[in-house]
Amino acid sequence: MTALAASDAAARLRQELNLDSTVDGQMLTATVPTERWQAAGSFVRDALGCRFFNFLTAIDWKEQGLEVLCRVDNLDARLAVMLRTRLGSASCPTLTGVWRGADWMERECYDMFGITFEGHPDHRRILLGDDWEGHPLRKDYAVDTPHTPYR
Amino acid sequence: MEVKPPVPEVPPPVWTEFKDLQEFEKYRQQRTDDDKTSNTLASIADAIHHMPGGWIVTTSTDKVFNWARKSSIWPVTFGLACCAIEMMATFASRFDVERFGMVPWASPRHSDLMIVSGTVTIKMAPMLKRIYDQMADPKWVVSMGSCANSGGPFRHGYHVVKGVDRVVPVDVYVPGCPPTPDSLMYGLLKLQEQVAEFQKTGTK
Repeated sequence: MTALAASDAAARLRQELNLDSTVDGQMLTATVPTERWQAAGSFVRDALGCRFFNFLTAIDWKEQGLEVLCRVDNLDARLAVMLRTRLGSASCPTLTGVWRGADWMERECYDMFGITFEGHPDHRRILLGDDWEGHPLRKDYAVDTPHTPYR
Repeated sequence: MEVKPPVPEVPPPVWTEFKDLQEFEKYRQQRTDDDKTSNTLASIADAIHHMPGGWIVTTSTDKVFNWARKSSIWPVTFGLACCAIEMMATFASRFDVERFGMVPWASPRHSDLMIVSGTVTIKMAPMLKRIYDQMADPKWVVSMGSCANSGGPFRHGYHVVKGVDRVVPVDVYVPGCPPTPDSLMYGLLKLQEQVAEFQKTGTK
């Protein structure tokens, strides 16, 4: 087991990528600019050893835009890293080249929030039907949106 | 730090390119809605019924036919969610609906009854309709549980059909979340009563 304290990881993140992060126990939360999303992912995987991709999801902050966040773990050191990025438009670089597990998560994120992941190899809906209109977890999505012919 | 996304090896399946589905869709488009009952047989039965004394023949044969129908209702196994567990328990030896002549059958083409057990999502509804279309007439539908009746706890979700009766016609609604095997069995016995009165309740 390699020991890696979250404070050390935060220091390395600040030193190498000049990213601020907050530490809570063994949990590290870093806010990343969108254009350095892939670089931060690669750094976290290679340098901090976070090889386990836990989840990726998004938050709709209404007029303040969308935010993508993903959590990756270093299971040996028991370190959890949460990466967050605030999107200017509804598009984000993909993480599928860094973690293979990001594939379906990003598809689900696209399905629910309508965020386009640039460079995703298989960019389709995953849960809803191909003919679905709208993205249900957006705040401006009306639940009563008519969906023919069963509603 | 170059990032290269992987290339998918298996192309995604396109359902419309499946050959047997194409054929089924073709025949389904050709078949009209009023083709479901045989007009020839109906007119022959009507002629016999209007002959002097003929009503004795038709009513007694109806009774025999309906007795046969209600004594061998074969439900197609259509488990969608947790209600399916209770449905399986109903089919198993403890409650044993086989004594009513009900055999859970895995083919819609041999079945008379569809027990919709569970939440019907909008994505699942076309498949449910397709299985219902594949069943031979006459056919019945039991809606089992709150979700199939009305959407249940998921009614305000974005993805749930608010009651399976928006997709297929339903004969018996069984309430409960999920219904116990006793409730489902009571519903099935009610359905048997309805099948016994088949001709009086109108054509299916």
